[in-house]
Amino acid sequence: MSNAERPLTGDFRADGRPLGIGEYEKTGGYLALRRALKEMSPAGVMDEVKDSRLRGRGGAGFPTGSKWSFVPSGADVFSSGPKFIVANADEMEPGTFKDRILMENNPHMLIEGMLLGAYATGADCAYIFVRGEYFGSARAIGKAVAEAYGKNYLGKNILGSGFNLEMHLHMSAGRYMCGEETGLLNSLEGKRAIPRTKPPYPQVSGFMGRPTVVNNVETLCNVPHIIRNGAEWFRGLSRGFSGDGGTKIYGASGRVKRPGAWELPIGTTAREILEEHAGGMRDGFRFRGLLPGGASTEFLLEEHLDVRMDFDSVQKVGSRMGTGTMIILDDRTCPVGMQLSLQKFFARESCGWCTPCREGLSWVVHMLGAIEEGQGEMEDIDLLLEQARLLAPGHTFCALAPGAAEPLGSGVKYFRQDFERHIREKHCPWKIKNS
Amino acid sequence: MLSGAELNEIEKELRAYSDRKMGCIGALKIVQRHRGWITDEALRDLAGYLEMTPDELDSVATFYPLVFRRQVGRHVILVCDSVSCYNVGYEELLWHLMKRLAIGLGQTTADGRFTLLPAACLGVCESAPAIMIDADVHGGLEPPEKVDQILNSYE
Amino acid sequence: MEDKKLVTVYIEDKPYRVRPDQSMLDACLSLGFDLPYFCWHPAMHSVGACRQCAVKQFKDENDRKGMIVMACMTPAGEGTRISIKDPEAVEFRAKVIEWLMLNHPHDCPVCDEGGECHLQDMTVMTGHAYRRTRFRKRTHRNQYLGPFVNHEMNRCIQCYRCVRFYNDYAGGRDFGVFAAHDNVYFGRQEDGVLESEFSGNLVEVCPTGVFTDRTLKMHYTRKWDLQTAPSVCVHCGLGCNTIPGERYGTLRRIRNRYNGQVNGYFICDRGRYGYEFANSATRIRRPYRITYGKAGEKIENALEEGKVLPHVKSLLQGAKGIIGIGSPRASLEANYLLKKFCGPGNFYAGFSDAEFNLVGRIISVLTGGPVKAPALREVAEADAVFVLGEDVSGTAPMLGLAIRQAVRQKPVEAVIKSGIPAWNDYAVRQAVQNDKGPFFIATSAATRIDSLAEGTFHGAPDDIARLGFAVAAAISPEAPAPDGSLPEAAAGLVPRIAARLREAKRPVIISGTGAGSRAVIEAAFNVAKSLFDSGKDAGLCYVAAECNSIGLGLMGGKSLREAVGAVRENRADTVIVLENDIFDRLSAPEAEALLSARQVISIDHLPNHTVSMAHTVLPAAVFAEGTGTFVSNEGRAQRFYRVYVPAGQVEESWRWLSEFLAASAGAKFFTVDDVQRAMAGELPAFGGVPAAAPPADFRISGLKIPRQPHRYSGRTSIHADVDVNEPKPPADPDSPLSFSMEGFDGRPPSALISRFWAPGWNSVQAVNKFQSEVGGRLRGGDPGQRLIGPAGKEKSLPYFTGIPAPFTRLEGKFLVVPLYHVFGSEKLSALSPPVSELVPSPYLALNPEDAGELGCTEGMEIRLIVEDVFFRLAARLDASIARGVAGFPLGLPGLHGITLPSWGRIGIPPGVREAAEESGEDRA
Ligand SMILES: Cc1cc2nc3c(=O)[nH]c(=O)nc-3n(C[C@H](O)[C@H](O)[C@H](O)COP(=O)(O)O)c2cc1C
Ligand code: SF4
Ligand code: FES
Repeated sequence: MSNAERPLTGDFRADGRPLGIGEYEKTGGYLALRRALKEMSPAGVMDEVKDSRLRGRGGAGFPTGSKWSFVPSGADVFSSGPKFIVANADEMEPGTFKDRILMENNPHMLIEGMLLGAYATGADCAYIFVRGEYFGSARAIGKAVAEAYGKNYLGKNILGSGFNLEMHLHMSAGRYMCGEETGLLNSLEGKRAIPRTKPPYPQVSGFMGRPTVVNNVETLCNVPHIIRNGAEWFRGLSRGFSGDGGTKIYGASGRVKRPGAWELPIGTTAREILEEHAGGMRDGFRFRGLLPGGASTEFLLEEHLDVRMDFDSVQKVGSRMGTGTMIILDDRTCPVGMQLSLQKFFARESCGWCTPCREGLSWVVHMLGAIEEGQGEMEDIDLLLEQARLLAPGHTFCALAPGAAEPLGSGVKYFRQDFERHIREKHCPWKIKNS
Repeated sequence: MLSGAELNEIEKELRAYSDRKMGCIGALKIVQRHRGWITDEALRDLAGYLEMTPDELDSVATFYPLVFRRQVGRHVILVCDSVSCYNVGYEELLWHLMKRLAIGLGQTTADGRFTLLPAACLGVCESAPAIMIDADVHGGLEPPEKVDQILNSYE
Repeated sequence: MEDKKLVTVYIEDKPYRVRPDQSMLDACLSLGFDLPYFCWHPAMHSVGACRQCAVKQFKDENDRKGMIVMACMTPAGEGTRISIKDPEAVEFRAKVIEWLMLNHPHDCPVCDEGGECHLQDMTVMTGHAYRRTRFRKRTHRNQYLGPFVNHEMNRCIQCYRCVRFYNDYAGGRDFGVFAAHDNVYFGRQEDGVLESEFSGNLVEVCPTGVFTDRTLKMHYTRKWDLQTAPSVCVHCGLGCNTIPGERYGTLRRIRNRYNGQVNGYFICDRGRYGYEFANSATRIRRPYRITYGKAGEKIENALEEGKVLPHVKSLLQGAKGIIGIGSPRASLEANYLLKKFCGPGNFYAGFSDAEFNLVGRIISVLTGGPVKAPALREVAEADAVFVLGEDVSGTAPMLGLAIRQAVRQKPVEAVIKSGIPAWNDYAVRQAVQNDKGPFFIATSAATRIDSLAEGTFHGAPDDIARLGFAVAAAISPEAPAPDGSLPEAAAGLVPRIAARLREAKRPVIISGTGAGSRAVIEAAFNVAKSLFDSGKDAGLCYVAAECNSIGLGLMGGKSLREAVGAVRENRADTVIVLENDIFDRLSAPEAEALLSARQVISIDHLPNHTVSMAHTVLPAAVFAEGTGTFVSNEGRAQRFYRVYVPAGQVEESWRWLSEFLAASAGAKFFTVDDVQRAMAGELPAFGGVPAAAPPADFRISGLKIPRQPHRYSGRTSIHADVDVNEPKPPADPDSPLSFSMEGFDGRPPSALISRFWAPGWNSVQAVNKFQSEVGGRLRGGDPGQRLIGPAGKEKSLPYFTGIPAPFTRLEGKFLVVPLYHVFGSEKLSALSPPVSELVPSPYLALNPEDAGELGCTEGMEIRLIVEDVFFRLAARLDASIARGVAGFPLGLPGLHGITLPSWGRIGIPPGVREAAEESGEDRA
């Protein structure tokens, strides 16, 4: 595939080092910014993004252009005063590593995307919220921000346009909840990362109570390309089976031959990703199921592999595209153990704010632990399913617990025999085999 | 007492925020980088410096797993226990590390060299199973013995 | 509040008209539905954390599927349609309880909260009954939080109400939530005494037994075994409504009694924990007279029942001139009967002369001026506040809490206008950030609420008054301006304060007797009048020191110094002192002169200097042992009721005085109602007193209102150690309340609410059922009757013109000004052991530069001489104190008997400086 078909990753250096500002400019970097500042109004940039049918790559798939359009521009309290744009680089969804790749390889692309987002929404201050473990990304971004200031892509009166943007890097200190956009804003304010109510949405009252746009790194990285090449070009990048535009960085981890991430047209099938790009299962391992887009999506089985990986199609087969990075379960891994690992993560990362998540997930972990250890009871299975049903969107304060319920409900449903076998045989069949 | 070097770094960190309190997470991490962990005394000193009470600062500090409020060893090993690593041999790796270091999760070796902590997905799932020692990620630790060599390079 | 249009919402498909500025939980509770909740609190609103208030919401009448929403986070909009009974919602609510119960210890039998636990109530309400988990419960370590609040963290259900009250609402900063996920912990960073003077509210805010009343624990009694009656706090002049609880003749605890206009849901720790003076072992419980033995030693001769009156009668008959000293901590009824007994010409108000004048000035201003005295609730809703001279955090703590809310009014209003509903608490806080409405404070030294203020000034009272006068003059050209200049810090504030007050719609000016300055009080009036004249809905709030200061002020009388004169000049040889220690009001020589009368009769409940000099002592009931009326600082007459009949020969003071009247052939008063009727008839100022509460013959369906809950246990055996025969319950001629569990069990008139309870609602949350809408007024109106109101605009007092000259330092002297502490400055509460633990040790606050000139360092012992009285005190350096001024923490142990402000001299006792220098050298 040519670089034009892989706008996000096509220009990466072969040695895996980040593109410097000169290199980035040589690939056409900052042209979009120049063009926007010179030729386009903020509304024009916003319209182009709307037109491109770019949908958020943070997992929920919310159309980016319409998200931006909720930033108030009238004359009320929120319209006057500072506004913010924040890149969500928390990337703590298990199985997900795409944003890291983008930041480590081409940090300027993110900066330019944020510049365009800021220009479109009237923001004058930007934060890049990077998870605490991403030292590589932070180094690359820190350097790139300094370079961009050096060339007046950032700072006051950018390129003589009168447009200003300050940009700061924030290194986090752990907690999955920081990735949830309102938890992120609390964390950015130096508080505990508990989520906030919506409404008011961050676009109205976000960072420091001011209008704030929070976008995923991959989402923002698409924006320079959209502005440079046009919405129509962008829409054409996808396989065109759904309304979604552009490419997507898909990934695969687990016992596949070549775990990794690949930029592919939106709508590529799961099977193609698994078999062609990830090279299929490792020798000696059979495919049992996968989580299509990070830990907080429903399991899919062999029979679902031909699903097109776009937001709507994956939904139709009962899961979500999420972050588009799939996690593969093989036949030599215990599905109860995997479930326990998943739920331990969610229980531990719960912020402790709302009851169902704080208490329910820890109960789920106790039950899964008991089953895995051979101390399970048959009623536990129904209790697990009940918990998965109760941890539904709207029942909890934010989407963390419902995210946990997705692999829980589907996992118990699809692998019920394995759960029952643990309970009947009073031990984990996989552990015996392995030891 | 916060050291001059710590204060310099903290002041630099605070520039990104319009209110001193907002920089508290970064400031905690700076102090931790200098001292390994946040003692009660460091917490009080830093709180005072940021115009917070110790209670306010600790409320934030104890929320975040990468802020250590208990003593840790010279090197902290974060063992990813999330799903991608689990699926490719996390348990064997953890087992091996515990045997090799003779400590359990949450513990520090007798010589104060390593502390072993569980960690959420480190974002390097393509090279699972993975661990992180201080600021370095080490992936592809299958079979687990691969880790032995790595440990040797941390004194 | 502006008049909001109503909207129609549907609950179980039935239409209801409700206010749109509330959440559906508010609306449901106000409509009387039972809907469980935890994280929501009517004063702190919604955050949606606990997920307990789940209901089903439907898009419209055709939507049969609906979706689960949290009622507390759902606006009551036109056409909003919900179901509480929907099976899915019912199931979910039970499951929320199940989750909370996974780790809850189920230790109700040994838990102090048992029987009044919101968690118990909600568990029963949702129907959750069976435990389905077999795993071990999480456990936590508890903390020592001081003498007031006990901590038992394992019971926590993580509703976050404690932090939301302590930190967000009350501004505490030494408490918080720690850690994350199912390990969150509520407490302090380390063990230690909670710093907030509102910490005791945690006990009522916490829905279960994490935070409980530590003083109750020391003499524990279940809620259902407490005998309770409505009462009024006696520890400052604000008149917060309380519910004391008694068992076995001792007071066990104080709880808040909701009054929508006054204290709302909260009271301060002084009010909650000050009660134990009532249980003191040193209480005077029998009448006695003093005789002198051969060696001149004093002998206490008990006066048996039946001997008291003949003794008194003989005293009075032999008297050549009887004078009475009233009391600002005694009931109106007692003061009135004393006045009646002695005759108006022989009644002396029991204030110091200085305070007498200040209170008189306040009353004349509130009745003769154009500006109303706001209720606490109105202060909390003010959109600008200017405090002149009064350290409210020390003298009237709840006023500080009200100011804390007022400071948010203006920014919150702006946020509401932009579409975020007021009840969405965290969203509002997020949008408000650190914005504060206008609040200025001018006091002698920094106070606990200074950090809220936009501007502060610290100076001598005269300079504070001049600041006030200048602000008034800046607002209205008709108000006189001070000549000469103001201190620089004050001068800069004048235009800012004036501008910010002018922008406000409902500004409140606060002052009081605390600074001891008439000029300060007058300056506050000028500011308020200038605002009123420029069309503002202004309020003028004066703090008076004691629970009945304003009542006594309205009663009038003569000044205490005149009483001294009467004795000195032999115009009187018999002095009756009503619930008062004269040594707090007069200098020691004067007090001694007054008490040198031939006969001194003291009616009081605890020994004090006056009691020790009296010849006849009659034991008085404390507030919880008697019935009567206090008048609060806003002029609100409020009735308090006898909670229990005290042991011994203790009587309410007014009853002793009624006996006096009878003994001297006057008419005897048999009931409080009798006294009130006579008082109202005779003194027009008290015409409203009878209306403050229903009369004693009030009945509902022929029934009295019981002081004991219907589950009160052991009634027939409670006296069994004395007599196995069950006694007849005591009669109560003074109120419609009975000393039993029989009677009307429903919702009584608001002034007669002895406890908040409703079927299914055993916790204090039952208060919802007593309000006309949650957080609003009690049904039938909040208790109390305003006795004073502003004069008509035309008849209003003119501006005061007595502007003091600027404060100037005097060589070798210091102006000693009073300072106040929540614990210690008020005497009765300081007698309560848990409170006394927190009383600071005496000190004198000095500006560090002055201290430097004196050669004195922090903590050094210094000597203060004021009005010929010596004090040995530790120096405390306080940069907020102006030069030439010294701060004297009035009321701390040993620190009374002088009238402040006053000029004093400071010396360093010989040897002290040298000793300090030596130890300094040792250290170096
Ligand atoms: C528990 C939780 C964790 C999340 N973590 C991330 C994350 O790490 N990175 C991210 O971009 N979005 C994350 N999201 C989604 C964000 O809330 C938000 O939807 C996203 O940043 C919006 O960006 P987009 O519109 O560009 O997708 C998370 C959501 C939840 C509920
Ligand atoms: S679902 Fe509730 S407890 Fe869980 S992370 Fe969200 S708000 Fe926190
Ligand atoms: S009361 Fe509604 S969620 Fe807690």
